[in-house]
Amino acid sequence: MTDILAVQTRRKGRLRISKQLRTPLAITGGAIVVFWLLIALFAQWIRPFDPLAQDFMRLQPPSAEHWFGTDQVGRDVLSRVITGAQVSIPLALMLVVFAMLIGSLLGAIAGYFGKAIDEVIMRIADLVFAFPTIILAMVIAAALGPSLTNAVIAMLIVSWPAYARVTRSLVLGARNAEYVIAGRLLGNGPFTSLRKDILPNVLSPVVVLATLDVGTAILLLSGLSFLGLGAIPPTPDWGAMVADGVQNFSSWWIAVFPGLAILTVVLAFNFLGDALRDALDPRSQEAVQGRAL
Amino acid sequence: MTLLKLDELQVSYKLPGRGTLRAVDGVSFELEPRQVLGLVGESGCGKSTLARAVCGLEAASAGTIEFNGRPIGKLGLRKRDPGLMRIQMVFQNPFASLNPRRTIGSQIEDGLRVNPDRDAWNVADLLEHVELDAESRTRYPHQFSGGQRQRVAIARAIAAGPELLIGDEPIASLDASLQARIAILMRKLAVETGAALLFISHDLSVVRVIADDVAVMSAGRIVERGPVEQVWSQPQDPYTQRLLAAIPVVDGLGVLPG
Repeated sequence: MTDILAVQTRRKGRLRISKQLRTPLAITGGAIVVFWLLIALFAQWIRPFDPLAQDFMRLQPPSAEHWFGTDQVGRDVLSRVITGAQVSIPLALMLVVFAMLIGSLLGAIAGYFGKAIDEVIMRIADLVFAFPTIILAMVIAAALGPSLTNAVIAMLIVSWPAYARVTRSLVLGARNAEYVIAGRLLGNGPFTSLRKDILPNVLSPVVVLATLDVGTAILLLSGLSFLGLGAIPPTPDWGAMVADGVQNFSSWWIAVFPGLAILTVVLAFNFLGDALRDALDPRSQEAVQGRAL
Repeated sequence: MTLLKLDELQVSYKLPGRGTLRAVDGVSFELEPRQVLGLVGESGCGKSTLARAVCGLEAASAGTIEFNGRPIGKLGLRKRDPGLMRIQMVFQNPFASLNPRRTIGSQIEDGLRVNPDRDAWNVADLLEHVELDAESRTRYPHQFSGGQRQRVAIARAIAAGPELLIGDEPIASLDASLQARIAILMRKLAVETGAALLFISHDLSVVRVIADDVAVMSAGRIVERGPVEQVWSQPQDPYTQRLLAAIPVVDGLGVLPG
C-alpha cells in the first residue's frame, strides 16, 4: 500500500518530497526556520532599539516598552535577540555548508580511491573523532584567540569528519554499481565518474545530515560564545547573552529570551532534518526504484 | 584478422582468509569481426568473470587478452583507452545498470560522445532502433519497465559504436516472454552495426536462436566450441550432452521461446 503510494507520488518527481514533508512536525519546523530567517534578514527594520545603545535603566523587567526587558548595562534585550539571529544563523549555515563540502569531498575521494589515500584521510578523521567535539572546538578556539571567525574555523575542523565518514561509506557502496561501471566503460575517468554517477546518488543522506547539523552548529557556536571563545562582548550573540544572564541570575529575562531563541532554532532545524530523512529514506527509495527486485 | 583473442587466460579471486578461486582457468578462443558467439554454462562456471576480464574489470592472473592486437589490462582507476572503448557491455540487471538520477537521453549521449563516427547515430534514432519512443529520452530510468530499461542499456552500448558487444546474461533478469525478443534485438543491432557479439547466457535455447557459434564453459574452461547446429545435434563433450539434456522438452524437439 505504502509502496503504491510512493510510486504514484514518485512519478510526479519533485512533488514527492514536498508531499512527504507535509507532516505537522515538518511544517512547524519549516515555519520556525522561515520565521527566524525573516528576522535575520530584516533585523535592521524590526528591532525597536539599537542593540548596542546603553540608553535605558539597567535590569528592567519585561514591560510594554521593553518586551524582553533590559540587560545589566541598559540595552534592550529584544533588539539584541533580533540582531543575534543575524550572527548565529548565517554563521551556522555557512559552517554546515563548508563542513559538508570539505567533508564529503574528502570522504568521496577516500572511498573512491581507497588504499593509502583512504587510510590517510580517514585516520585524520579518526583523530578528530577521538576528542569530544566541544572540548576540541574549545581548545582550537582558545588557541586561535576569541573571535567569531576563529570559533567558526574551530568548529569546521571538528565537524567535517562526520561528513567524510558518511560520504565515504556511501561511495564505497556505489562505486561498484553497474551504472558506475558502465560509465567507466564509456571512458569516464575517476573524477567524472564521481561527479556524474556517484555523488548525485549518495548526496541525499549527506544533505539530511547537514540539516540536522545546523541545530548542533548553532548550539556549539552559542556554547563557544557562552564560554567567551566566540563573539566578542558588544556583539549581540545569543550564547554570549545567556552568559550575561548567568551573571545576573535574579534578572531571568536576560538569559531566558536568547535561550528560547536558541531552543526554537535548534528544534526547528531538527524537525526539518527528521522530516527530510524520512522523505529521502533510502529504503523507500530503493523499493520505488525497484532495486529490491 | 582476429577481433578478440584470448590465450590461456586465467582469472583468480582471492578468497576470504587463505586460498584463491580460479574462476577462469586457461581459456583460449578467438572471435572474428561480426561473429555472434554464444557462451553458455551453468551459474558460477566463470562466464561473467570472463566478460569482466575482457572489459578490463578483472586482472588476468595468467595468459593474455588481445583486442585488435592491443593487449587488455586491468582498467583500475585510469581512464579507459579509447581503442578499448570499442568493447561495450550490456549488464545483467537493468535495474542497476542505469543511473537513477539522470535521464535516459543523457545516458545514451554518454555513449554517442565516445563514438569515433560522430554522425552515425543520434538519440532519437537509437531509441527507435531499440523500439522505444523518441520522446522518452527526457524520462528517468524508474519510469521504465525492466525490458525497456534493458533496451536503453543496449542503446547506450550501441551508441558508443562498439566492434565487440558483450551481453553478460542480459536476459536473465527479464520476463520469459521478453527474453527472446531482447536477445534477437541485440543480435539484430550487432549485425546491423557490424559489431561482433559475445552473448553470455545459461539459456541454451535462446543462444541457439541468435548465435552463429556456441562455446560451452564448465568450471572455468571451455569444453566445447562449434557452430550452433553442430553442437546442438552432435554434442561431443559429456558436459554439453548433460546441459542439452537438461532443457525441458515438451515436443521432443526442445522448446524455442518467444
